[in-house]
Amino acid sequence: MRQGEISLAGLLALFSLYLMYKSTELPIGYISGQGPGGGFWPFWLSLGMLLSCVTIAYNWWRGRSPAAVSQEPLMDAFGWRTVALVGGGVVAFVALIPIISMYGAICLFMIYYLHFLGRHSWLLTLTIAIVLPVALFFFFEGAMYISMPQGLPFTQPFFDMMYDIIY
Amino acid sequence: MEVFSLIADGVLTAVQPVNLLLIVIGVTVGLFIGAMPGLGSVNGVAILLPVTFLVPPTGAIIFLAAIYYGAMYGGAISSVALGIPGASTAVATTFDGRPLALQGRASLALVTAALASFVGGTVATVFFSLFAPLLADVALSFGPPEIFALMLLAFATFVGLGGDDISKTIFSICFGLVLAAVGFDTISGEPRLVLFDIQGFLRGIGFIVLAIGVYGIGEMLWTIEQTRGEVTTTNPKMTAKGLASDTKEAVHRGWKGTWIGSILGFFVGVLPAAGATPGSLMAYGVAKMTSRTPEEFGRGSPDGVAAPEAANNSASTGSMLPMLTLGIPGSPTTAILLGGMVMWGLTPGPRLFIDESEFVWGLIGSFYISNLVAVLINLAFIPLFIWMLRMPFTILAPLIFVLSIVGGFAASRSMHDLWLIVIFGIAAFFMRKFDYPLAPAVLAIVLGPIAEPTLRQSLLLSSGDPMIFFTRPIAAPIMVIAIVLILLPAVKLLRRKRHMAEG
Repeated sequence: MRQGEISLAGLLALFSLYLMYKSTELPIGYISGQGPGGGFWPFWLSLGMLLSCVTIAYNWWRGRSPAAVSQEPLMDAFGWRTVALVGGGVVAFVALIPIISMYGAICLFMIYYLHFLGRHSWLLTLTIAIVLPVALFFFFEGAMYISMPQGLPFTQPFFDMMYDIIY
Repeated sequence: MEVFSLIADGVLTAVQPVNLLLIVIGVTVGLFIGAMPGLGSVNGVAILLPVTFLVPPTGAIIFLAAIYYGAMYGGAISSVALGIPGASTAVATTFDGRPLALQGRASLALVTAALASFVGGTVATVFFSLFAPLLADVALSFGPPEIFALMLLAFATFVGLGGDDISKTIFSICFGLVLAAVGFDTISGEPRLVLFDIQGFLRGIGFIVLAIGVYGIGEMLWTIEQTRGEVTTTNPKMTAKGLASDTKEAVHRGWKGTWIGSILGFFVGVLPAAGATPGSLMAYGVAKMTSRTPEEFGRGSPDGVAAPEAANNSASTGSMLPMLTLGIPGSPTTAILLGGMVMWGLTPGPRLFIDESEFVWGLIGSFYISNLVAVLINLAFIPLFIWMLRMPFTILAPLIFVLSIVGGFAASRSMHDLWLIVIFGIAAFFMRKFDYPLAPAVLAIVLGPIAEPTLRQSLLLSSGDPMIFFTRPIAAPIMVIAIVLILLPAVKLLRRKRHMAEG
């Protein structure tokens, strides 16, 4: 945790510097007759972020924050594995949306999570994995008029069939 | 006395069978739309606007106002049951609503939210009925310096929310404000902070993207990691007796927050450009500061649920006031309502109360009825929302992930924003591990688009002299209170250190 605290503060300080640099693409001072420039607000706030990071580092050096004096690891192997499996599943879910459509990705994600991570039966898994995207389809496309990504052209027959039901 | 007879006429208009039916349908639809993460009253009102051409203008605005009310009640359901604020107005509700749900007391949180919303909405409607023209004049005297001072006060009230590590809280606030500045500079119209030159950032970063990332993805990962995947379901009790005792407890332990939220929310809601979100945050902050047990806030205090919920409903009613009397919408939803009124041939402004008095008082009457219908429908649906919490966590967790992603897309219609949600979620998980408070960042991204232009306009008015905030009669006291509140945690910390050094 101790090493993580200063590493994260360093990373956030670098990000703050980057934001300060990007802010200077617009004027950061007062322009006569126009007021503060477009970069004024984000520049000084990014500086505030940087100064906060410096204070966090100072507190770390003085051992004032709980993480700065902790000898515990950030996560054990089980924690890393759990986060990787769940977080990885969410990343894969989003990555699949432009390929197999929002509803297809929901179906696959639910199968992955319910059966492989949650150890639920195939009956329950498949029931939820099919009913949920269909219900969401009717809610968003039918009731709310919000179109979700439809993926690559091979998903079109499915959407044609579903739109026939709505309209 | 004339006001009371006008209100009575208005209530009679609202309880006509067609209008009453519209209220019931509107509130129910609004409740479910508001409970969906990513969708709020603005979606419901915008989508159902064309439907209102089927009924006369009075029925139409009553229907839309009922959706607005229903969605305001519904926002709390998502905050309590899923831990994701469905709309910016319900961010503060998660602070205590979610801890209560995790303690198996979701029904107490939901009952408190419903009752507080009812009181907030009713108090605001009474204020609205009695002081509409007077308050419209007061609201007009709020210029950019006053609004900026009010924003600073909103920030000041939640500086204390981040815990003891002030530097991490300040980082979080600044981070949220910078994220709000991404996209275009609204004054010069030039692209600004297009990070890593990715064109998707030209659209800016919406509140909902950060909120869903932090609460929908980051918080869930954190819960799963902390409990090592062995999350015990909250198993809340749901019986008629339990509901009655929760109602009693909600009244007993949430009355103070309810009153603070009801009154403060209305006055903040009345101000153009302020609205329900700063109102709910300030109510939460004030309820915490004035509480005898501030340490309970953030751990499941009914007052912490009641204050923002009463405030956001009160402010929603308040924000209708500048719309009707001045033609200035106080929120995106009232902007759509305003558009609807113009389409129906009504002209909002000072003469509306005279020229279209039946319409105006019918609408005000519908506020009373909508509130009553909303609280009854909300209480009736609480068992359904509680049932949702009884699901095994291995079913609830993927459902929350799916609703986060689907809701995130529905709000922004952009894959770029979906990837941002995932990135914010993973970043929030690691920042949470190191005790960075993330609620201030979410609140800052909501208030940033109001705070920045008002600061710049104020400095332009004064030719760059910051003393403008201390020389105007309304802005000056607000600024002084805000500065005192900002310095308070630092003073408390110094005093504590001195005590420790002495002891």
